[in-house]
Amino acid sequence: MSDVTTITDSELVGLETVHAGRRRAEWIMTVQEAWGMGRTKIGVGIFAAIVALAVVGPWVAPYSPTEFVGLPFSPPSSGVWLGTDYIGRDVVTRVLYGGRTVITLALAATLIGLGAGVTLGLITGYARRWLDETLMRILDVVLAFPQIVLALLFVSIVGPKLWLIVLMVGIGHAPRIARVIRAATLEVAQRDFVRAAEAFGVSRLKIIFSEILPSTTSPLLVEFGLRLTYSIGLIAGLSFLGFGLQPPAADWGLMINENRIGITVQPWPVFMPVLLIGILTIGTNLIADGMGRALIGIERDTGGT
Amino acid sequence: MATAMTTDPTTGAGREVVLTVEGLTIVLDPSGRNIDDEVSLWIREGEVLGLVGESASGKTTAATSLLAHQRRGAKISGGRITIDGRDVLSLADDELRTIRGGLISYVPQDSSASLNPALRIGTQLMEILEAHDFGGSGSEREKRLAEMMSEVLLPSDHAFLRRYPHQLSGGQQQRVAIAMAFANRPRVIVLDEPTTALDVTTQAHVLDTIRDLTRQYGVAALYVTHDLAVVANLADRIAVMYAGRIVEIGTKQELFEAGQHPYTRKLLSSIPDITGERALKGIPGWAPRPGQRPPGCAFTPRCDWAIEKCSEEFPPVDGPTSEHRVRCWRWKEVGAQPVETDVVLRDRSLDACAVAEKTVISVRDLFAFYQHKETLHDIDVTLCERRCLSLVGESGSGKTTLARCIAGLHQHKIVGDIEFMGKPLARDARDRPRATRQAIQYIFQSPYSSLNPRKTIRQILAAPLKVFFELSRDEMEARMEKALEQVALDATLLNRYPDQLSGGERQRVAIARGLAAEPTVLVCDEVTSWLDVSVQAAIIDLLADLQREMGLSMLFVTHNLALVRSISQEVAVMNEGRIVEHGGVDAVLEDPQADYTKKLLSDTPTI
Amino acid sequence: MPPLLKLILIRLGLGVLTLFLVSVVVFAATQALPGDTARAILGKEAANVARYEALREELGLNEPVVMQYVNWLGGVVTGDLGNSLVQDTPVTDLLSRRAFNTAVLVLIAALLSIPISLLFGSLSALRRDSKFDLTVSVGSLSLAALPEFVIGIVLILLFATQVFKWAPAVSRVDPDVPIYQQLELFILPAITLTLAVAPYITRILRASMIEVLESEYVMMARLKGLVERIVLWRHALPNALAPALQVTALNLAWLAGGVVIVEYLFGFPGIGQSLVDAVANRDMPMVQAVCLIIAGVYVVANLTADILTILVSPRLRTGLR
Repeated sequence: MSDVTTITDSELVGLETVHAGRRRAEWIMTVQEAWGMGRTKIGVGIFAAIVALAVVGPWVAPYSPTEFVGLPFSPPSSGVWLGTDYIGRDVVTRVLYGGRTVITLALAATLIGLGAGVTLGLITGYARRWLDETLMRILDVVLAFPQIVLALLFVSIVGPKLWLIVLMVGIGHAPRIARVIRAATLEVAQRDFVRAAEAFGVSRLKIIFSEILPSTTSPLLVEFGLRLTYSIGLIAGLSFLGFGLQPPAADWGLMINENRIGITVQPWPVFMPVLLIGILTIGTNLIADGMGRALIGIERDTGGT
Repeated sequence: MATAMTTDPTTGAGREVVLTVEGLTIVLDPSGRNIDDEVSLWIREGEVLGLVGESASGKTTAATSLLAHQRRGAKISGGRITIDGRDVLSLADDELRTIRGGLISYVPQDSSASLNPALRIGTQLMEILEAHDFGGSGSEREKRLAEMMSEVLLPSDHAFLRRYPHQLSGGQQQRVAIAMAFANRPRVIVLDEPTTALDVTTQAHVLDTIRDLTRQYGVAALYVTHDLAVVANLADRIAVMYAGRIVEIGTKQELFEAGQHPYTRKLLSSIPDITGERALKGIPGWAPRPGQRPPGCAFTPRCDWAIEKCSEEFPPVDGPTSEHRVRCWRWKEVGAQPVETDVVLRDRSLDACAVAEKTVISVRDLFAFYQHKETLHDIDVTLCERRCLSLVGESGSGKTTLARCIAGLHQHKIVGDIEFMGKPLARDARDRPRATRQAIQYIFQSPYSSLNPRKTIRQILAAPLKVFFELSRDEMEARMEKALEQVALDATLLNRYPDQLSGGERQRVAIARGLAAEPTVLVCDEVTSWLDVSVQAAIIDLLADLQREMGLSMLFVTHNLALVRSISQEVAVMNEGRIVEHGGVDAVLEDPQADYTKKLLSDTPTI
Repeated sequence: MPPLLKLILIRLGLGVLTLFLVSVVVFAATQALPGDTARAILGKEAANVARYEALREELGLNEPVVMQYVNWLGGVVTGDLGNSLVQDTPVTDLLSRRAFNTAVLVLIAALLSIPISLLFGSLSALRRDSKFDLTVSVGSLSLAALPEFVIGIVLILLFATQVFKWAPAVSRVDPDVPIYQQLELFILPAITLTLAVAPYITRILRASMIEVLESEYVMMARLKGLVERIVLWRHALPNALAPALQVTALNLAWLAGGVVIVEYLFGFPGIGQSLVDAVANRDMPMVQAVCLIIAGVYVVANLTADILTILVSPRLRTGLR
């Protein structure tokens, strides 16, 4: 109704970053703002380093990943810097080979989750009420299963197939991402610029794509980082349980599983993959956090959602 | 220089000066850019000083600093505040605690947010008495609590005190906040736009209460507001703030009848007045954000009197008397000019063309629902060609619902007929033929919500052009430029995003978007309620021009009765979902028939 | 009907609906999808058509799917979850002791996480942007990122094998010895779960506490001259807890899923371990049972949080508006 003034807001908030002259699309600003934070730089650095290790690793590995170079669980020695694993293969080599699978599978699962989650979120956020209610009930059911349990349920039927694991991790992400996107959509959908488009007679689909979707790109960046972090943990976790990559593949999760019986005599084949997975997830989470913080700042300044 | 603004307390009205502020400066914390600069004022016992300023003028920041409080991100960097001789800014934390809520208290802008949602109001009222050990005993405090409630005309029974804030109306919440402020019989009270969120009738009652209590207890009150009409009724003296500085301070008469600062004068002439006949005159441009204040006098870019010196150096404190102070290089010349009253009369050419009226929109026996609740009852109203009809009412009167029904934006059940050019209109805009959607354009209340922050002005203006016309790229560009020109904006704005524009500019863009569709009917829903008065006047002026020049028919929805005369020829007064009175503007405002209209008229503050 | 009761009944109804749908999903996934139970039991012998058909008949697999579901659900409701295909004993017998172990483990983890999160969350909100806050922020962010098995293995390396030898690396809880006599076996699994869950609760508490501290009503409480103790305990904390309640419930429910990896890692005899074994052996009745228990815990925890939220927030409780 009357002047519900935002006086104090405009006085104090946003003045620190007044946009002079040219302004870019909001998600670019989010990325730029995030990049300005130390934590994002560290996160990106970690992520880049580990991806580089996984990509370049196989070319620089001293041995073949399936080659026996010594007795099982030999301690580190010259030429076999970190010793051997439970059947006598070189730990360094297997670590250098073992990152690709986790990273690619996690990325794939994340993308599946984002695709499904965004679609569902937009539909539930801007659909008629009954469709929203129905879809949300279904999503609630998926949410009732912890992601690892959901994946195990289907692995028990189909067997430990990689495509299934990627798919189930993705499906597990979908309702969680959908909730975030739905919340953003609901907020945008009640704004008057959507009413204005409706009054012009713009179709629902077009409104979703041209008015609402642009408002969700920044939350999506945050979700991407967050879900990638969880995907890495889940995919590696499933391999650790023995339902992901199967021997003799070189994979960090699998290595932990195979070698943990020898943890007291030869910790390296367990410790190295644990360390790398740990650092990798910290890196991706730092990126997600940086994006999240940037997003809050940008939205405050631009009066976005 | 700063101290020059305060005067010898012994002169003047002879009452004791309770509060003195000298050279108060508040800066943003990390950057050090200042929000408030050299704010100096003084208030006597039993006196109300109105601190008037438009949005972002720094008035709220100045107000809370009187209690030595700053929000995160701002800090007091200089100046002195004394209450009864005590230097507030030099107090230690525990001393500060004893004066806050005791010696000086605060009434917030929005009491629905400043009352704790999880605590009963009785608890919240009692704790301020306990914190200051009022009366020394529990039974004394119980007595005072009952007294406080009766002072603000609220019941003090147990059941009422056990309510939670959300169980009270907006007006009741504000009364609770006022009771709290007067609880410990303070010497100074700071009221920060306490009626902004209220309807005029509620506002009138709350203002009465505030006036009575300040008089009764001899409290020195600082009343912060953007609304000159409100202070005109309440304040003894007025300080006008612009961009973080006080530009003029004096008694109400001095400022209203002989304002010496160009901004004071312009501000006065931009205020719509129920009784007046004059046209509204806005101030071109907009106020700078405090952090981006230009050097010299910040008003220079909008000032008719500006000379070179103005943009170089901020003028010192000067003025006709020791009580009437002004900061302007040319105040003597400004003051020498008589204050223009009713010089420019509003345009009445449209009132005359009542003959050969053609009905554009007619609403008959309309009932509308929100979910299952009936919110509009039996509405009959018509809009004639080239005329402007104002729909006036308080919040919840159904005026916006009616406008949305007409525009096809009401998403709940509607019963009854709405016709456009004699043909029935579909309920949902999307079910209407393209020509109809094009003919009726809706301008929304808040330009902060109606423009997509993720799109450039070009993309925003392109939307209606793409839907309604098949145009080449060049034709589109030409139409967009034309639309911007119609609302007096420059084509260079096309590449900007909404957040790079001021509120007034944004609303102009929203109007331009409506005009780009080449409508015959414009529905304006409270289009100025988010804008400052000086900007509001300019927008009203623009709409009146557009109506005249383009032959538009207009439905103008507003809660502000004072605006009605400046723009419309007819008015329909709404209350609780019904139209209680309908007729020509002059007839209704000069000789209201319905009781509700009479009440609304008497409650609307005037200068 | 009083509005409060109605609100709670609606939540309850939705919870029951979700549980019902969960049971449909579990059933459909394990019985209606390819690879039926009879084939799973027989393995290579499934080529023997007569035996295969006989077993299908015995397991009720020839009935219509809906009837199979109704029979199965009837069993679930009465506590008959079928027989384990591997050990040929009732699933209920196999799981009851293990469910108890898991419950104790989860309870210990919850009792550790909640006070820790409360403390760190509200302290870092109060000392916003201080060194302490920064440390908690970076620490909780990193811990939240780490998969449980990473935390668990680091703990094993640190406290059970390589650096110190304070706690057992393997937690083979003996079913014949009372739990309080073998509590040391719970130490590392419980700490792992705590470190995996507490960071989330800490972060949400900090965020909601900061929001409350910046609210108008907390500013007003200070401008009333109230002492800081009252401002915090009476005005800030109660309002900060309500939103944190939901997240806490979600995370405690998550503990029920987190146990899968943690129990496997420590060889802890709980339902998580059972699930991993059952999946490896394709022991469908066992998989069904554990999935149902875990999803059920989630739904119930969520429901409890919903109802508690209604009860602690006056706006919902008084049911006006």
